[in-house]
Amino acid sequence: MKRELDDIRDGLIITKRNVMRYVRLPQLIIISSIQPIMFLTLFNFVFGGALGASAGEKYINFLLPGIMVQTILFGALQTGVGLSRDLNAGIIDRFRSLPMSRSAVLTGRTTADLVRNTSTALILLITGLVYGFRFQNGTLDAFLMIALIVAFGYAFSWVAAFVGLAVKDEETAQLAGFLFIFPLTFASATFVPTQTMPGWLQTFANNQPVTFAVTAARHFALGTPSDGAEWKLLAWIVGLLIIFVPLSIFIYKKRA
Amino acid sequence: MRYAFELNNVKKHYSKVKALDGVTLKAEEGKIFGMLGPNGAGKSTIVKVLSTLIEPSSGTAKVAGIDTVKNPTGVRNTIGLAGQFAAVDDFLTGKENIQMVGQLYGLKKKVAKARAEEILQRLSLTDSANRQVKTYSGGMRRRLDLGASLVGKPKILFLDEPTTGLDPRTRKELWDIIRELAKGGTSILLTTQYLDEADELADRIAVIDYGKLIAEGTSAQLKNRLGGDMVEFELKNKVDFQAALEEVDRFCNENRQADEDELIIKIPVKNSADDLLTVTKMIDEAGIKPSNISLHKPTLDDVFLALTGKKTKPEADKKARKGPKK
Repeated sequence: MKRELDDIRDGLIITKRNVMRYVRLPQLIIISSIQPIMFLTLFNFVFGGALGASAGEKYINFLLPGIMVQTILFGALQTGVGLSRDLNAGIIDRFRSLPMSRSAVLTGRTTADLVRNTSTALILLITGLVYGFRFQNGTLDAFLMIALIVAFGYAFSWVAAFVGLAVKDEETAQLAGFLFIFPLTFASATFVPTQTMPGWLQTFANNQPVTFAVTAARHFALGTPSDGAEWKLLAWIVGLLIIFVPLSIFIYKKRA
Repeated sequence: MRYAFELNNVKKHYSKVKALDGVTLKAEEGKIFGMLGPNGAGKSTIVKVLSTLIEPSSGTAKVAGIDTVKNPTGVRNTIGLAGQFAAVDDFLTGKENIQMVGQLYGLKKKVAKARAEEILQRLSLTDSANRQVKTYSGGMRRRLDLGASLVGKPKILFLDEPTTGLDPRTRKELWDIIRELAKGGTSILLTTQYLDEADELADRIAVIDYGKLIAEGTSAQLKNRLGGDMVEFELKNKVDFQAALEEVDRFCNENRQADEDELIIKIPVKNSADDLLTVTKMIDEAGIKPSNISLHKPTLDDVFLALTGKKTKPEADKKARKGPKK
């Protein structure tokens, strides 16, 4: 029990350290919010007219949950970038030489990124509301949508943490993340319904976690049918955490 | 007797590279132990093994009698580590940095804060205590980094090239702090690629090259290995240099050092005045007029050259000048 308490205490100390970086470098949050706002604006006004018809819904209502999922995933990639930056700056060597919890550097990093990701998601949500997005299902479902998206981002942070520790280099960590995030977000129900995709791609798109996340988010936001996507997503979140939390901690401990 | 740290035939192999190739060392408590060697010699690897960052491939390492592999937490409670990269957080203030490390040593928040203030005062950083570290100069960052390693009141301090890349004045300031720490009873392992630094600070010096210990002793002992003083000739051109070298080799070719680029020949001599006269006379009779002749005590540079057959690597200095990341 004492050990678990120490883990939490040290994790919070590191979380605070990482959050301070965002607080004292607010342009980081602002710039990282501009990109998704730009996406939202472009997709809504450029493609909105054409795509809205096939979505069968006011397009901003269809689009916002999708963009939120995409934004959270890109945000989660930063976990890997931040870790490799700390590795190269030598501060992780200092942490590893201290009699502190062996998981704290990672829980502190992923928790701080959870905080950052939640604030980015809220900024995006406010922009969506300005563009005419409206929740159709009440406050509880609105809350569930945000919670689910943010939890998915948290699980992905641990994947990114593993990648960041494995590749050891900021730029490689970023690029390696893009490699799997781009196909995952575009070959999904994020921007358009999957029905118009070729059969083989539909099979992939309909059975991957980003589509589950987007479908579940829309389900909570708009009341559209989810076909159990929220449970499938929950299974993915739990599964990713079960695999990547111990794996990341292991590689952190062993890293020379 | 208990040692500050001990290495027992420690090897560390990375796929093909032998970073450490069987190092055995013992350092007395309460002293400054200097570790000297060019970049890539294995100094940092030794520090990493001792500070539990990496495990040796074979052999054992102990710090304050505690095995680094069997009880890493015990070791971590005993040590402080400061490195050439000045591992402090840019976005925290100086005080927050030290306080954070203090809390990670398990100190209560209040205690950590008080310790931080005390340390900042000791390192003359009180004026900038509440400024973010990104505004600090290189020397201030190093002092803060050193400060962070002190917050746990370590019995043994590992300083991995603490002055690399610093200007001479800042180096001297850091030297004073290191001396003061040693006076207070802290055992210190100091790695450096600067010979004068080891000469100045260390009670004992180990010379490391290619992952091996090639010499160990006090500065005076290492210098005595070369015999007495050094006679140094500086020549005007390559022709003179070759001719002078022939004369010198007739006189004695043991341990003499010849630097063709700098046109310098150094000869260790036992009976300084006599030998100086003899060899100078030989060169004079060969019709060579050196541009400079001098007699001096051997420096650690001379020792290093004699032991490893090369100068401290110039590329090491280049890297040092680039210094740590901003």
